[in-house]
Amino acid sequence: MAVDQASAADRPADVHARQLAGLDALELGGATSSGLAVRLWGRLWPMLLAVAIVLAIWQGIVWSGRWPEYVFAGPAETFGKLGERLSDAEYWQAIGVTMRRAVTGFAISVLVGLVIGALVSRIKVLRAAFGSLITGLQTMPSIAWFPLAILLFGLTESAITFVVILGAAPSIANGLITGVDYTPPILLRASHVLGFRRLQLYRHVILPASLPSFLAGLKQGWAFAWRSLMAGELVVIIAHQSSLGERLYYDRELADSAGLLGTMIVILVIGIGIDLLFETGDNALRRRWGLQQVRN
Amino acid sequence: MTAPLTERASRRTKGEEPAVRLDGVSKIYGQGKNGLLALDNISLSVEPGEFVSLLGASGCGKSTLLSLVAGLDKPTAGTLGTGGRKIAMMFQEPALFPWLTVAANVEMALRVQGVGKKERQERAAEFLDIVHLGGFGAKRPHELSGGMRQRVSLARALAQEADVLLMDEPFGALDAMTRDLLHDELERIWQKRGLSVLFVTHNVREAVRLGDRVVLLSSRPGKVAEEFPVDIERPRVTDSPEVAELASAITNRLRQEVLRHGR
Repeated sequence: MAVDQASAADRPADVHARQLAGLDALELGGATSSGLAVRLWGRLWPMLLAVAIVLAIWQGIVWSGRWPEYVFAGPAETFGKLGERLSDAEYWQAIGVTMRRAVTGFAISVLVGLVIGALVSRIKVLRAAFGSLITGLQTMPSIAWFPLAILLFGLTESAITFVVILGAAPSIANGLITGVDYTPPILLRASHVLGFRRLQLYRHVILPASLPSFLAGLKQGWAFAWRSLMAGELVVIIAHQSSLGERLYYDRELADSAGLLGTMIVILVIGIGIDLLFETGDNALRRRWGLQQVRN
Repeated sequence: MTAPLTERASRRTKGEEPAVRLDGVSKIYGQGKNGLLALDNISLSVEPGEFVSLLGASGCGKSTLLSLVAGLDKPTAGTLGTGGRKIAMMFQEPALFPWLTVAANVEMALRVQGVGKKERQERAAEFLDIVHLGGFGAKRPHELSGGMRQRVSLARALAQEADVLLMDEPFGALDAMTRDLLHDELERIWQKRGLSVLFVTHNVREAVRLGDRVVLLSSRPGKVAEEFPVDIERPRVTDSPEVAELASAITNRLRQEVLRHGR
């Protein structure tokens, strides 16, 4: 060490650089992360536990005899019936129709939400006029739109898509508007000094900065789209086009309790699955930005 | 270390227009009776290649003054000029873009000027080398320590190739040891690149350690109270008796300013 100091004393810049490097290394430290299997299991077992508890309660209610089994089927019968249906191509077609509607409706909602969000966040007059209206639209139960939708479009898929968009687009627009509003002022100041103005400022600073909030809006928008879609499929029954909502409707008509519960499970699982996709995206973003919670 | 000093002295030739010039600048926030006078008739200049420390207690409008020079805000009265020079600014926070890598953050200074991708990458790497962060370009800002982030911020400011560097308490949030190292760092870069620096701080020793001149602002409203030339040979050390002596003299003067508000 003494030799080191003596030889480097001629070049203070070197000592200086090495001191900095030493401090940097100390500050960064070493973070250890647990293995993939351990993390996966850590997330999986609480979910499995939750499922087990729900199944137990369900079975308990069935055994209590409050309702006869043809009205409220037990888990065993429900999953049996569900397995049967899942090996039937027609059921998959129904799922396919529902998913197609969900994806198209959501995609159009994203487009509409983006355009409205961008306009409203940029133009002051529009903000004053429509800002609170967009938030208001979010609180409107989507089922309340159906009578109007059916009047306008008849019992068609357009009626369903119309309501899905009205349900999802406001959330997505709001997500973008919030993101733009909450761009940290310090970043705006720094960007201004760097020379970013107008469109460049939008493209390189404000839009990326609003991404987390936009993603939250997308997630909420999806939840609204999925709910509106199910409501729509129950109300707007289109002949020769089987869908999950339509299945629910006929299961009730035919008092097929096991089939009805099975389809409800499918709807729940799809909803959760897509929500997980959004969460994965959100987590990846948080990790990149350093926003994630410290996990011990 | 002596060579850059003489170089710098020769650059500061008489007759050359100041790098930053404020003439009777006032700033009032709000209007009418409720208006708050933040800056009162400030006249101040930074010569080309000069390092000026702007010192004051809280509420003296130091940051307001920098915002005015940076063009982030407009003065209510007075004139303000930089003779068409380019201005870069560092804030108390690093103000890095969290969605970009360290290198891409530095590149932002070049991107806005329309520099091509390849050249951007090369030059960003150079500027990161200057602040001794050559190996950290691919990291994200949150993966670095506070001192390292502030160096990235410095690299980004340097990448603007500006003549004037405004610094708003850039090392205020750092620990003493990191701050000392960054003082050395800043002094070296300033001398080498011939920057004109206006450095805002509330730390008297820091102001003396770095500045060719210390300008003391009074509080509420902000006014130039006194100027202190710093004739201490560079490179300086914060703990040296010369720095300590001048610092204590300035601290006494600062104390008087603060006392005026105690009554």
